[in-house]
Amino acid sequence: MRLVAGLEAIQHGRIAIGGRTVGAAPGPDLPPEQRNVGFLFQDYALFPHLSAADNIGFGLQHLGAAERRNRVGEVLERVGVSALADAYPHTLSGGQQQRIALARALAPSPGMLLLDEPLSGLDARLRHGLADTLLTVLRETGTTAVVVTHDPEEAMYVADRIGVMRDGRLMQFGPPGAVYGRPESPFVANFLSDTNRLSGTVGGAGAIDTGWGPVDAGDLPAGAAVQILVRYEGVGFAGDGAVRARVLRSRPIGGDALIALETTGRPGETLYARAPAARAPHEGDCVAVTLDPAHVFVFPSANAK
Amino acid sequence: MPDASPVAAPFALPRAGILPFRRPADAVWGLGLAAVLGAVLLPIATVLAHLFVPTGDLWAHLASTVLPRYVANTLWLIAGVGALTLIGGVGTAWLVSLCRFPGRRFFSWALLLPFAMPAYVIAYTYTGLLDFAGPVQTGLRDLFGWTGADYPAPNIRSLPGAIAMLSLVLYPYVYLLSRSAFLEQSICSLEVSRTLGCTPAQAMWRVALPLARPSIVAGMALALLEALNEFGAMQHFGVDTFTTGIFRVWLADGSPAAAAKLASVFLIFVFAILVLERRSRGRAAFHNLSIRYRPLPGWRLTGWRAALAVAFCATPVIFGFAAPAAALAWWTWLSAAEVVDSDFVRLAFTSVGLAGSAALITVAAAVFLAYAARRSASRLFRGLTRLAALGYAVPGAVLAVGIVIPFAALDEWINSLGADVFGLSPGLIFSGTVFALLFAYAVRFLAISYGAIDSGLSRVTGHMDDAARTLGASATGVVRRIHAPMLRPSIAAAGLLIFVDVLKELPATLLLRPFGIDTLALRTYEFATDEQLVEAAPSALAIVLAGVLPVILLSRAMRRSSEPREAEKIAPIAARRS
Repeated sequence: MRLVAGLEAIQHGRIAIGGRTVGAAPGPDLPPEQRNVGFLFQDYALFPHLSAADNIGFGLQHLGAAERRNRVGEVLERVGVSALADAYPHTLSGGQQQRIALARALAPSPGMLLLDEPLSGLDARLRHGLADTLLTVLRETGTTAVVVTHDPEEAMYVADRIGVMRDGRLMQFGPPGAVYGRPESPFVANFLSDTNRLSGTVGGAGAIDTGWGPVDAGDLPAGAAVQILVRYEGVGFAGDGAVRARVLRSRPIGGDALIALETTGRPGETLYARAPAARAPHEGDCVAVTLDPAHVFVFPSANAK
Repeated sequence: MPDASPVAAPFALPRAGILPFRRPADAVWGLGLAAVLGAVLLPIATVLAHLFVPTGDLWAHLASTVLPRYVANTLWLIAGVGALTLIGGVGTAWLVSLCRFPGRRFFSWALLLPFAMPAYVIAYTYTGLLDFAGPVQTGLRDLFGWTGADYPAPNIRSLPGAIAMLSLVLYPYVYLLSRSAFLEQSICSLEVSRTLGCTPAQAMWRVALPLARPSIVAGMALALLEALNEFGAMQHFGVDTFTTGIFRVWLADGSPAAAAKLASVFLIFVFAILVLERRSRGRAAFHNLSIRYRPLPGWRLTGWRAALAVAFCATPVIFGFAAPAAALAWWTWLSAAEVVDSDFVRLAFTSVGLAGSAALITVAAAVFLAYAARRSASRLFRGLTRLAALGYAVPGAVLAVGIVIPFAALDEWINSLGADVFGLSPGLIFSGTVFALLFAYAVRFLAISYGAIDSGLSRVTGHMDDAARTLGASATGVVRRIHAPMLRPSIAAAGLLIFVDVLKELPATLLLRPFGIDTLALRTYEFATDEQLVEAAPSALAIVLAGVLPVILLSRAMRRSSEPREAEKIAPIAARRS
């Protein structure tokens, strides 16, 4: 993100925004002020010596005073904090600072908006409101945005396309549904949701005996050591499952319950499940367990880490 | 194989242009830093080198006669001033920050007032107040009908007197630092101690004090360094210390080399204090883990406890500021007509000019250093910039010796060169001129301005720079539109602090004054040396009044401080060593 904005010198490759090369190594590396990108920092980085309106007007130096005032008013209204124009940053709450910072980044109509963990500093209640403001504003202005986040739900909520990064490498890139439904690595699967991690070996007929029911090995060869990731929500209790398990704990967390299971075949191995609290089994129950193939992912063990 | 850490290269530039300089310009920063460091280290190195320079009989004579007395007096001074400032500073800080009693808010800033009183001024004032003909003894005699032989008059002009005087004006260092340490302590750690069964007093001994220890020790170290630096009070009281010794050996015995040797032994004491301060802190760099700053729920004092608290806080304010200031005002009233003439105005202008120039130079150097440190990702580099603050620890007299010796050598060399090549000698260029004096001020007070500006600059986060750049500001635009307005208060505060410190400075000024230069501090000293204490009052009062300015600044910052760190921004000291 800092490379895209030109805040860091590029060492390899090329960066283009809308077909225009803004940074390349070797080659021209435009300074940030010539790239027309907006940047929303995690700590907002509002200028403490300027009022909210002056913060927003900072990037509008090329406009006349009247024009600038209009534009500032317009953006303030768009993010819904018109009343705060004259306030100084230290008097604002986190959510308000966030909105001012967003307005400041949007004011010069950037070709691209970069958002660094935009919602991480806020409490859960504010987060949804701001995420919606963000989406609405981006859609209305037609601005391309790159959002960095550690929160998979946030990513899936705001993104048209998700890229999962690990140690600076792009692990997978695609629409949220595709990345969620067909993770290409254990890391991606584990990142997007809570998973159980089992291990096993591919048996004959391309099936793996996990102790929790057979799992299709896909095209992995027989005898290969594999790891199996099972999402919490992929563990079901529908009627006739062949595997029976004892419920160690079942605790409601909001609308869902988190359930810990132990099967007789594999003592000591705990499988977690997540189910609507109303339909969750009770502690001490013995239940039939099925694994939903849509939430079970098999990877060769060599890949493991 | 060592991993390629980002701090490996001293001039690694992680960010594209906080300033309009890219890599080739790093050489400029490096050279500039080398110049500043060289300026600071030159006098120190000169003095230390004299530890090994033979100075013949004079030194042997000194070592066998006066040196033991210097050492003994210095040790007594350290013990006495250390103990008194510890009790006074920590006690008052604890009372005003963790207790509630009538007048607490008043005392929280009034306790800083003695900062405005230079030690030599308070020493002269009490000499005048307490001597046989002074108002105190006269009043006692009149009241009880005593004659001179009837009562034992404690002699203020003694080592204990000196310790009392110095403690009265130096305890604010301890007060200021321990107060901000108390305020910074998370309310949680204090409340936790109460839930674990501590009474308020126990919470003080078992939690608040240990947590504040690094700050308390830092405050004491500063007070002790100032005590060792003191010349005027010591000379007036006839207490021989290293500082007065350097003056005597240099001026009376006419041997700068022997003076430098004495100074080098002196420096060992100074560095011992610095090392002890570091050591006592050990690994205990206490950082606040909680971000909750609520006003601490003070311990409400009533009855005799409240009376005791008021008395304890009032004592240093009255004796350290109110009484001597009143005496100075009265004496000024008596002597102004005679002393305040056109000559007085002239030397006031000289003082202001010198102090202003020193402030400009020092602040400029500090701004340079702060940016050099900010630009660099290298820890070594940042450490070097901190080394430039060392000058503050070096007593003024030592600094003067360390500057005169190399400058005189340089002048001699230039003149002999000039005589050989051009047949003319340009005279003294460096030594014995205003240049040497300003050089000394800059070296000595660089730490103060650097601390203020560095902490001001640290409030401009890297992300603010980045945000401004992505909003279309060029690198120079960032400096002009973000840095300049945000740094202005720090620059003003640093400038004011240095201005006032230079105004008060005595030992280095006295040793390095060019012929014909006279200042307020020098005039005060000269009158006092002639025992004309009443005539010394107008210039002393002017210095004290100027000294009140930074106290006002400090107390305003303290009142505003929802973040207590704010106060440290202009505390000479603290910022430098955090």
